[in-house]
Amino acid sequence: MRAIVTVIGKDRVGIIADVTALLAQYGVNVLDISQTVLQEYFTMIMLVDAAQCTVPFADLARTLDEAGTQRGLQIRAQREDIFNAMHRI
Amino acid sequence: MINRSEILQTIAMIDQQHLDIRTITMGISLLDCADTDIDRSCTKVYDKICRLAGNLVRTGEDIEAEFGIPIVNKRVSVTPISLVAAGTGAQSYVPYAKALDRAAHEIGVNFLGGFSALVHKGMTEADRVLIASIPEALAETELVCSSVNVGSTRAGINMDAVAEMGRTVKRAAALTANQGGMACAKLVVFANAVEDNPFMAGAFHGVGEPECEVHVGVSGPGVVQHALQSVHGQPFDVVAETVKKTAFRITRMGQLVAQEASARLGVPFGIVDLSLAPTPAVGDSVAAVLEEMGLESVGGPGTTAALALLNDAVKKGGVMASSHVGGLSGAFIPVSEDAGMIAAAEAGRLTIEKLEAMTCVCSVGLDMIAVPGDTPAETISAIIADEAAIGMINNKTTAVRIIPAPGKQVGDTVAFGGLLGSAPVMPVNRCSAADFIARGGRIPAPLHSLKN
Repeated sequence: MRAIVTVIGKDRVGIIADVTALLAQYGVNVLDISQTVLQEYFTMIMLVDAAQCTVPFADLARTLDEAGTQRGLQIRAQREDIFNAMHRI
Repeated sequence: MINRSEILQTIAMIDQQHLDIRTITMGISLLDCADTDIDRSCTKVYDKICRLAGNLVRTGEDIEAEFGIPIVNKRVSVTPISLVAAGTGAQSYVPYAKALDRAAHEIGVNFLGGFSALVHKGMTEADRVLIASIPEALAETELVCSSVNVGSTRAGINMDAVAEMGRTVKRAAALTANQGGMACAKLVVFANAVEDNPFMAGAFHGVGEPECEVHVGVSGPGVVQHALQSVHGQPFDVVAETVKKTAFRITRMGQLVAQEASARLGVPFGIVDLSLAPTPAVGDSVAAVLEEMGLESVGGPGTTAALALLNDAVKKGGVMASSHVGGLSGAFIPVSEDAGMIAAAEAGRLTIEKLEAMTCVCSVGLDMIAVPGDTPAETISAIIADEAAIGMINNKTTAVRIIPAPGKQVGDTVAFGGLLGSAPVMPVNRCSAADFIARGGRIPAPLHSLKN
């Protein structure tokens, strides 16, 4: 199952390393990354494959959300379907 | 692949514009819970709800986490209890309300609808008992909602029921006087009630519905308001197109969630209700959408036209996005649940009469309106009759959820808390309708041709 992981927050060293390490820990494979920094704000969008994820996807999303809060970031994992539903016919 | 701006747009809708799924509602038939013994029947009701909806809240929370979209409410609607209880011969159906309340607490939903009766043509003995039980049932339970259908385009208006409902609303307010008449916030009087409505307080599971199904109600006035900000000052053609596109996106999301919930719960998908349902949160207001169109305040001249456009465009945009559309589908205008409506009512810019006009073109009716506690029962009945007449003649659902707040006067505010918000007490026309309501009988069904 594919999902979109978005990370938004104040820029600092090591955000990408941090988040990808977390994903790797749960067996989530990163397929594509795009990232920008706008006015000190870091925005990263990742397309990931969560088919081999070691925990149920809902739990992964909750874990990432908590991990983000601890780091002062918003980390969101959402199934790709919701974006397809909203933006593609 | 979905591009970056689309992803960020979706996230902004959820984060900043309050986009959410307003409710996942499971409709459950209780017809097989009928029994000659009321205690046995109540046990069957409790057991069946817990069995079928036991996983509803958990499933909703999982979908919420996986898609990253808030699902604000998880609810249950059931067969109108007057039908289930008819065989018991009991003189009060309050035990059913208590069984429903226990079940709702057990499964963790935040409302359960269906303590209802359909009396648009006339009342059975069971309907009479149910209506008589409403005030006590609502006062003694927390999560149970009640509705009574008093009129329809096919049957006309049952004015005996209208008179009775005026008195019922007053009794319900009196029994919950220390909570501002809270019981009335859980009681809806309908004309042309729909059988698959997922929204409270008026949800019930109609007899034409299957054993069990899930409905989804979408929302998103904040998203529509935000979209309209980008077409400021442009002609109404552009406004309508913008609302349609936004409604399409919102509804696609609702359809996705509905299908997912249906598959996980193993029950058929019923309908998506295309609604713009406000909450008291700032930026989640239908009034603000109307004001974005260029009105100084909701309630001012132009409000009805703006609402008509909005309501129609929401439906046009939404129908293509869902395989089955139903429920109430349209813009809701509950006064206490919409920050913009509250502000306009407090400032005297929004009156009950204007709200009545607005209900001719919007989703439902006079919703969550607080009036002075000394408003006579006949006046409330007459307001119900007016609203039912609008529904009957215009072939649409209308409803009244009115709270004669005990001891309160115009200028006071009644706070209900949570999604129900707080309502400024609005002035009511003091002319008496006592003789009008005392007549009783039925207002005949209207002609279905010669429409003007």
